[in-house]
Amino acid sequence: MDSIIIDQLTKKFGSFTAVDKVSLRIQKGEIFGLLGANGAGKTTLIKILTGLSGASSGKATVAGFDIHRHVEKVKMNIGYMSQKFSLYEDLTVRENIQLFGGIYGVSSDYIKTKTTLVLDQLGLQDSAKKLVKSLPLGWRQKLAFSVAIFHEPKIVFLDEPTSGVDPITRRQFWEMIYAAASQGITVLVTTHYMDEASYCDRIAIMNAGKMEALGSPGELKAAYQVDHIEDVFIHIVR
Amino acid sequence: MKKLISIIQKESLHIIRDWRTLMILVMMPIALVVIFGFAISNEIRNIKTIVIDPSRDVHSQELIRKMEASNYFKIVAYEDHIEAVEGMFKRGKAHVAIVFPLNFGQDLIKNNGQSIQVIADASEPNNASIISSYIEGIVQTYQADVLGKNPSLMSIIPEMRMLYNPGLKSVYLFVPGIITIILMLICALMTSLALTREKEFGNMELLLASPLNPAFVILGKVIPYVALSFIDLLLILVLGDIVFDVPVRGSLALLLGESLLYISTSLSLGIFISTVTSTQQAAMIFSMIALFLPTVLLSGFIFPIESMPVILQWVSHIIPAKWFIIIIKSVMLQGSSLDILWKETLIMGAMTVIFIMASIKKFKIRLE
Amino acid sequence: MIQIEQISKSYNAHAALKQASFKVDRGELFGLIGPDGAGKTTLIRILMTLLLPDSGKAHIGQWDVVKDYRKIRQHVGYMPGNFSLYRDLTVEENLRFFASVFGTNIKTHYHLIKPIYEQIEPFKNRRAEKLSGGMKQKLALSCSLIHRPELLLLDEPTTGVDAVSRQEFWQMLGTMKEHGITVLVSTPYMEEADLCDRVALIQNGEILEVASPKNIVDHFSSHLYRIKGKERLGLINALRSLSLFTKVYPFGEYIHCTSDEAVEPVVISQQLGQLGMDEIVIEAALPGIEDRFIELMA
Repeated sequence: MDSIIIDQLTKKFGSFTAVDKVSLRIQKGEIFGLLGANGAGKTTLIKILTGLSGASSGKATVAGFDIHRHVEKVKMNIGYMSQKFSLYEDLTVRENIQLFGGIYGVSSDYIKTKTTLVLDQLGLQDSAKKLVKSLPLGWRQKLAFSVAIFHEPKIVFLDEPTSGVDPITRRQFWEMIYAAASQGITVLVTTHYMDEASYCDRIAIMNAGKMEALGSPGELKAAYQVDHIEDVFIHIVR
Repeated sequence: MKKLISIIQKESLHIIRDWRTLMILVMMPIALVVIFGFAISNEIRNIKTIVIDPSRDVHSQELIRKMEASNYFKIVAYEDHIEAVEGMFKRGKAHVAIVFPLNFGQDLIKNNGQSIQVIADASEPNNASIISSYIEGIVQTYQADVLGKNPSLMSIIPEMRMLYNPGLKSVYLFVPGIITIILMLICALMTSLALTREKEFGNMELLLASPLNPAFVILGKVIPYVALSFIDLLLILVLGDIVFDVPVRGSLALLLGESLLYISTSLSLGIFISTVTSTQQAAMIFSMIALFLPTVLLSGFIFPIESMPVILQWVSHIIPAKWFIIIIKSVMLQGSSLDILWKETLIMGAMTVIFIMASIKKFKIRLE
Repeated sequence: MIQIEQISKSYNAHAALKQASFKVDRGELFGLIGPDGAGKTTLIRILMTLLLPDSGKAHIGQWDVVKDYRKIRQHVGYMPGNFSLYRDLTVEENLRFFASVFGTNIKTHYHLIKPIYEQIEPFKNRRAEKLSGGMKQKLALSCSLIHRPELLLLDEPTTGVDAVSRQEFWQMLGTMKEHGITVLVSTPYMEEADLCDRVALIQNGEILEVASPKNIVDHFSSHLYRIKGKERLGLINALRSLSLFTKVYPFGEYIHCTSDEAVEPVVISQQLGQLGMDEIVIEAALPGIEDRFIELMA
């Protein structure tokens, strides 16, 4: 089953085409990387898929819901985490979890049990009452991810989730993503950090609104006869 | 010197590029002069009053006692000659004078009527008109009490004479007030914003990492605002003169000189604010609360200082705008010169030095 | 060119730098590599005389970073982590202003910035805020070079910049050597280490290792294997259960496993087969900077 189906999706701002006839299918439980430079169209595409922006033409369904007709249902079935903003730093760990659970209308009994579970998984039991800003960056990122999938969304969108994180925490983070994916959550990672992309099952590279390449990291490297995804990207953009 | 000029150039570009703010800064004085054409009346207490009473009889003494008992008037001096009045007004020692004629009581009984003269300092038109209505009220009550048996036969007619501002024009008061507010706004608020903006956008980090002398950075940023505030000052004066016939009775050079001093005071305050805040938002809130509101409310611009609670009167002493309003009103409306205003001038000068010293002490040549 | 001896710096209770020491030679392209919060910015700001160290000494040439701050500010070029030029000024106005700040003009050292500035010159009348990320970096680099500094301190110049611009940026840094300019550049991206002459790895305020990229990799003391299969999470758990490896961690599309003793790939394959895992690719692998970093962190 495909959890994201994009068909000839186009977004125009006046004469500028930000997303140009993009078609794509992403499987349930897949970890999919969307790569591109700033202005390549990936942010616009994500905004359309998360219901923050409308498309000019084309169709898309997210988690089985049409993005035009069922925007609210789409929003209830996705989670989102960006590197810049995800948690309220002046709230405690527990308050953040409860807040985001509440936003997605999760029942309070469920919030209670799941909060304990999440704190156990992260090893943050003793830090539940600490302010988020007092946590090390790596812990904050892991907590932010747990919060993004707290309401068990069908799809989670991650924006440069691990850039700048130390190598060990980074790997712990990817293991969390693998675990989420194995439970059937589809993960869509946007990044312009190529190294991050190599952790994904499949990646798509966007340039000037168009989708220029699609495949697993290994397939793309083989197709372009290079050693790094970065070189694939540079080859496409130049 | 070349470095200083390039900072001034750069700062001027910032100001011109942000043309919306620039428009506000130029249009606001005009709008304010027009808007504040309306008077706001307020009760005044303890008006400093001079009494000239050559008759010294029962009736005049009783009337004076009534006035004092009303709490509206505070007799600060008994004078023999009317010539003394003007000097005391200029020094701000008194705001109203009550002049009884010779043989006040006798004539009152004999002629079934008498007049007293009330001279009011109308450079504060609100106050002057309020004062005159108080006096009228007291005199009428006295008539009713003492001579009540036959009020139609005898009456005391207060004759009002307004000094400096015979038409009681409110703009006469508001023009100096608006100048005071605008200069404070541009110099203190805008410079504190301009300086904290450098910190907020990380520009200051680069400037600190350069061989620039911090004094140059500040001076270079401040000079365009001095120019801007002078433009506004002239704009208000010209507007006041052309549209409302507000005169500058004293020396224009003195007026501009005192304004320059006040600009320096405001700038040093703005610089000080920027050294203790690190974001534009904080500087804005700080300026609004610590600076702008007191300037508007406690400087005597809108509410007469005499009618404030004693504590606020004390607070008003540390507000530079209070002293500048005294000076500028005196120069513009009474034609006073420096030999009368030296004290206020000295206070503002001292304030400037204190703020500059504090800023230098607080200014960091490093981050943190 | 740079000597750092036992520099420590704390913010309240948080120790940002713990007795950091290293040297940078004249003309070197030196990388300071570590994750966010490792202390890179603090160290660069101390060198740039913008922060005072709590203890320790640091010199740039013969200049002390505390006492001789004026000299250092005159002769060192600096590019902070955040874009710090004037957004409302144009490209050319920014360049002219920063030239004048250092008492020079655009022409004097134009040859130095020419290859960089030429790329943004077509937009010289555009305001800095309207430039793309890559162009902003080029402008900032031009401004930090305009007085021909002897040393260039760059704090994360490639963070948030797309791959093509990053590649161009590193090429530009490579040319600094021809002009005899020493460069200290910080980055959170491990793979950029290979572009430096020497690097210092930094984590939690501590310098873990200082060496050339090649030597750092050579210092990797374990045997490394890279393993690829279909179900990564299951594979990771299976590999950890084998007791063959000291560490098992995901690495891009592969899983990296380290061991103290050499292990035959066939053995790994057999043992995985017993756990029901097949179609697995197992190879001995060459370690990268990141593998060494992980080894040093543990």
